[in-house]
Order: sequence, then structure tokens, then C-alpha cells
Amino acid sequence: MAAPATHTAHHAPDGFIRKYVFSLDHKVIGIQYYFLGLFSVFIGMALSLLMRFHMVNPEAKVAWFAKLWPSAAAGGMMTPELYLSLMTMHGTIMVFFVLTTVPQSGFGNYFLPIQIGAEDMAFPVLNMMSFWTTFLALVVMVSAFFVQGGAPLAGWTGYPPLSGLGRLTGPGEGLGQTLWIVSIAIFCGASLMGAINFIATTVDLRCRGMRLMRMPLTCWTWLVTAILALLGFAVLLAAGVLLILDRSAGTSFFIPGGLMVSDQIITNHKGGSPLLWQHLFWFFGHPEVYIAILPGMGVTSHLLATFSRKPVFGYKAMVYAVLSIGFLGFLVWGHHMFMSGMNPYSAMAFSVLTMCIGVPSAIKTFNWIGTLWGGKIHFDTAMMFSLGFVSLFVTGGISGIFLGQPALDLYFHDTYFVVGHFHMIMGVAAIFGMFAGTFYWFPKMFGRMMNETLGKIHFYATFIGVYCIFTPMHFVGLAGNPRRYSDFSNVEYLAGLMPVHKFMTQAAYFTAAAQILFLINLFWSLKKGPKAPMNPWHSTSLEWTIPSPPPFDNFAGVHPVVNHGPYEFSVPGAPNDFIMQTDPPTEQHHDA
Amino acid sequence: MPGSVSHDVILPPPPPTDGGWGDGGGNNHDNRGSGRRASFTGLYVLLAASTMVFAALTSALVVRRGLGDDWHSMPKPAILWVNTAILLASSVALELARRSLRKGARSRFNGWWTLGTALGFAFLAGQVIAWKELNDAGLYISSNPSNSFFYVFTYAHAFHLLGGVGALFYVDIQALRLSLGPAKRTAIDVSAIFWHFLDALWVYLMVLLYVWG
Repeated sequence: MAAPATHTAHHAPDGFIRKYVFSLDHKVIGIQYYFLGLFSVFIGMALSLLMRFHMVNPEAKVAWFAKLWPSAAAGGMMTPELYLSLMTMHGTIMVFFVLTTVPQSGFGNYFLPIQIGAEDMAFPVLNMMSFWTTFLALVVMVSAFFVQGGAPLAGWTGYPPLSGLGRLTGPGEGLGQTLWIVSIAIFCGASLMGAINFIATTVDLRCRGMRLMRMPLTCWTWLVTAILALLGFAVLLAAGVLLILDRSAGTSFFIPGGLMVSDQIITNHKGGSPLLWQHLFWFFGHPEVYIAILPGMGVTSHLLATFSRKPVFGYKAMVYAVLSIGFLGFLVWGHHMFMSGMNPYSAMAFSVLTMCIGVPSAIKTFNWIGTLWGGKIHFDTAMMFSLGFVSLFVTGGISGIFLGQPALDLYFHDTYFVVGHFHMIMGVAAIFGMFAGTFYWFPKMFGRMMNETLGKIHFYATFIGVYCIFTPMHFVGLAGNPRRYSDFSNVEYLAGLMPVHKFMTQAAYFTAAAQILFLINLFWSLKKGPKAPMNPWHSTSLEWTIPSPPPFDNFAGVHPVVNHGPYEFSVPGAPNDFIMQTDPPTEQHHDA
Repeated sequence: MPGSVSHDVILPPPPPTDGGWGDGGGNNHDNRGSGRRASFTGLYVLLAASTMVFAALTSALVVRRGLGDDWHSMPKPAILWVNTAILLASSVALELARRSLRKGARSRFNGWWTLGTALGFAFLAGQVIAWKELNDAGLYISSNPSNSFFYVFTYAHAFHLLGGVGALFYVDIQALRLSLGPAKRTAIDVSAIFWHFLDALWVYLMVLLYVWG
């Protein structure tokens, strides 16, 4: 195991490579993760636009399609297999390299040590290895586009037997699918390294006075997310190894006998169970949803308090809600498998446990509203995105209650209702958490302010855009529109839905175009944004006690001592409307 | 944000009134033990992750075994028992080494630790012999699900063991160079505990593979 951080030097290394590439500094690593995620999100978004384009123009012949994919889009027309490969890569890149990477590894790496008063993560070398392993996983994943047969088709869930039989099951199922599994296995290793670092740092490197119940809620969510990643990715790694062996060593863990694929009888496999993969996958896959969303919840809680100038309503309840969401997250994987023919009693158990998650989720939502209630709300862009997060979390959460009922899920499961649901709650809500984090922490990370006007235009365009994309999906799902199909223009009962699909596609173009505003704002502000003061939002947590951007060892040799809870806003009798965590203790305001 | 006073100074903190050194984790400057504590926390978290990997594989074995009638228990090579004895002996040697160090007997520590490390390598060599015997007997990974799980479990264990034996070897080199400072004591404890975990894991795997495999 790598030596703990605390023996590193107090000044940054001089060489470019050690300072910016193979850096051991958690802040540089956090920024590296952020930009890896930013690159990935635009790849993922481009893939989704191609899918939406094809869905409403299934007969269209596009010259550059033919150039990009000479066989999968011969003559410029997208084949169903190409559509599936775009879908698979969109889901995989978004889930692993965006939703898992940015909120936890990006912001968490940068701000966890600072918010708990540490100089760095517990194991800086492990931290660097974790990033570069993630980078390697991304390179392997993206390379699947460029190998013979192209990218895999089996979806981000990689269900066997489709994913286990090789080239026979489709053009991307040869080397492309192998690269997919190898990339996921590498990513699991990287996530495990990251999780070890996050947990050890939070447990052991908190500064003096930083009791657990004085940690900002961001730190709590990063901690619980790390625990989920630790337990979840370990299981996915085991499952991934078995799947690789099924593909390459001729074993039969997941592949049953008697299969007939592409007019051929499969004779070299027998006795395996695709359901075994589903159980192992979703034992990881459901906690993965919380890995994506919990850090966003932490950021939202933190920002709602800061920009309402009020303490978080029910801080301890929020902590226990996060812990119980994390715990219950491991007991509900079966609700992804209601369609698999499981025993109805098992389905009922999974359904009841799924409903139980509604309780801590509702606690969080009501506490967010309670935090806002009566506050002096400042509608900065960061706050707008936090409010948007709450909205999306509620919208996406409510459709989750429908899907948690086995009887309803049998109907909904393979329709666009599910696509609308998980994009709202897991995709867009988490992305809003990232935008909120970006606007809030950008001044600290880069020492400059982002443009608020551009930020607000970007917010409104994105907020309206995503609702226009994903709300109609629930309705076309209710109407029985199946998901994963590349073309249903010739299906009679779905023909009436085509105008809705066209609307969603146009909304997708609009929303994607709005993201250019974000890119402009980000890169323009990096160079030209006005200089950021130390604490532009008048926040209370430790990162706002140090210069923007922070020095190499964060606190420049000063050892912070924490005397206050993280959300002491508008305390009666206090000289300011906020009390920094490091302010001297006061008689009447001893703790949060 | 209008209406608030700038607050850009780190105020010098007063000493805690509640003897509060223990209430946070304490970073390195506050508390010199935090690096060592973090190493142990990291170790136990790593063990939790490894346990999850083997728990997942065990659940897969249980499910796969119950699925059909194609499970034929694979004959195990007898050398596994020798390997087990070697691995247990290596753990004993490491413990004797740590005890020697606690008593200040450094040269005895070096001897026991070197023996433990050598036994670790011997275990790995023994595993290679076991796989070769199986291969020579025509018992391949794809021949039967029982074989598949045997190979998966033993490979996964050996993969962990490679890391463990690397750590033991690192400590051994430091010990033989007589450079075991306080920081290295943490490396000694962490690698020894990791090794004992692999030891216990192997005993579990032997039971699993012989009873259910």
C-alpha cells in the first residue's frame, strides 16, 4: 500500500510532468477527472444525438455516416446494429466515465481533503494510479469504436448470452465487446483504488475539531458513495472476469445450452445462467445509481443552505437519510429483474424494499424544501442548478415508484417510460449536480468567476430542454413504445407517436446546443473571468478559508481547527450572516 | 453577494477547551499517528473489497452448482495440502518475526521474515505445479463448471497473493538493508495482516472447493 500523503513535500514539484500529468496533488487529480468527464460527456451526448436523429429519420442517407462507418452505415444509412452500438456506448460512457467519475472522483478528490482540513488524500500515489487507470479504461472503451466490427451491441448492462458468444451475435460482439468488458474491469480496479482513498481520508485525516457530525453534507455523500463503490465494483469485477472467461476460455457461467444464434446451434456452452449475470450485475448496478446521484445530493444540500443563508434543515436527518439510502441500495437490485420470471414473492420483497427507499428520499426532499423555506434566497447560477436538481429528483423519483411495482413494471419495463425515468433521476439530476458544483467551486478551483448571465441562460435552456426531452418519453412509454429499437416507423400502433419523437429530437438538439454556452463560459472564464475573492459566496466550509486557487498543501502550513458546524448561517447575534467553521467558538453558538 | 461582510482571513484558532484532539481524525500535523491509522483503514477497506470479490464468486458457485446436472466435482491435486501447510507456516513465520521485532531482536526478525517471504514464493510455486498437474491430466478450465470455479478461485487468490508476496519482499529488502524506520513498521504490520487474510482466505477456499467444488 502506498505511503500516506502526509509525508509529501509542502511545495509543488517543479517539472511539468510531475506537476500536471502524473501529479500526486489531489487538486490536480480532481481537475484531471473533471476534464476526463467533460470529454466523455460530449462523446456520450453526440452519440445520443445520432440516435435521436436516426429514430426520426430512419431512411436518411448521410454521406459522413458512410465515411465514419463504411460497413455499418453503407450508403450512409444507419443499420440497426450501428444504432445498438451507439446506444451501448452512450450508456456505458455516460454511466461510468461521467456520472461515476465527475461528482465523486472529480469534485470529491478536489474538495474532500480541503473540506475536512487535510493536506491531501491519504494515499496520493494510489490516487494518481486511480486516475490513470480510469484514463486507460476510457481509452480501451473508446477504442472499441475503431476495431473490426465496431463497438459492442449488448447495452451498458452487457447482458449475456448476447455479450458472451462473440462475433456470432453481431458485428460489435467480437473484439468490440471484449474491449468493453476489459475496460469495465479496469474501471472497477480504478474505482476500488479511489474508494479506499476516500474512506481512509475521511476516517483518518480530519483536522482537529472536525467531528463526523461537523462534516459538510458533501463529505458525507462522498464517504457513503465510496462505500457503495467499494462493495459494488468488487462484485462487478468478479462478474466481469467470469464473463471474459465465458467469451475467451470456453467456460459456461452465464451461457445456457441449446442456444440457436444466427442460424447456428451453440454446442460449446451448456448449463450456464444469464440470470446469474443479471443478479451480479444489478447487485452493483443499483448501488451505481446512488454512486451517481448521492454526491449531487450532497452538493445540493450544501448549496441550498449557502444560497438561502439558512442552516440545512435537519442536518442529522440528512446524514442518516444518506446512510439509509446507501444501505437500502444494496437490497433492491431485484427490481431491475421483475421481467426475468422471478418468484412473485421475491418480487414483492424487492418491491417493498424499493418503496422503503422512498422514505429517506422524501426526508431529503422535504428537508431541502425546509431549508429553502423562509430563507433569503440568492438566485446565483449554482443555486439555480441546485433547485433544478431538486425538481428533477422529485420528477424522476415519482416515476420510480411506478416502476417499483412488479405488476406495472411488467408493462413499463421495456418501454420508453424507463428511459425517461432513469434519465431524469440518474442522468440529468446528477448532471445538474455537476453544473451546480462547477458554478459554485469554479472560483476556488481556478481563481476566477464564471459569467452569471451566460450561466443563467444556460440553466434555463438546459432545464426546459431536458424536461422537453424526457417528459414525453414517459407518455410514449405509456403508449407502449418499446425501447432499444432503432426504427419503428413502420409499426402501425406507434406511427401516431412519431410527432412526439420528433419533438423530443428537436428538444435534444436544442439542449445540446445550449451546452455550447456552458463550454464557452467555462473556457472563457478560465482565461478571462474576473478574479475570484477568497469566499465569493460567503460560505462556511474550510475551502473558503484559503486562497483561490488553493496553495499546493491547501492550508499553507496552517493547521485548521474547526469549532463550528458546517451550516451556521444567519445566527442571531452574530456579526455576519455566516460563521466559518474555523471561527473561534462562541458561547451561545457552540455547535450546529 | 450583496449585504455581507468579506471574511477572508484565517483566524488563529484557540486551543480546544474539550481536549478535542481526538474528536476529529487529526491530520498529520495535529497527530502523528494519522498516517499509520490511515494505512490500517486503507488495509481493512481493501480487505472488505477482496471479501466482496470472493463473496460474489462464492454466490456464483452456489447458484451455478444448483442449476443443472452438469457439475462433476473435479479431482484435486494432492499438492494443495502441501501448499496449505506452506502458507500456514509462512504466516507463523511472519508472526514470529513481528514478535522478535517487538523484543528488539532485529536479526531474528530478519531471519523469520525472510523465511516467511520464501514460503510465500514457495506457495505460489506449489500452485503453479498444481495447475500444471491438472493441465497434464486434461482437466481444463472449460471442461466442467467445477473445474472453472477451481481455476477462477485459485487464480483470483494467486493474484492477490502476488501483491502480498511483493509487499513481504519489499519489507524483507528493507530489513536486510537494516533500514526499518518507524514508517516501515507500518509496512510490516500492514503486509503481515494482509498476508494472514490471504491465509484465512485460502483455508476458506480449501473448505469450499473440497466440500462444494
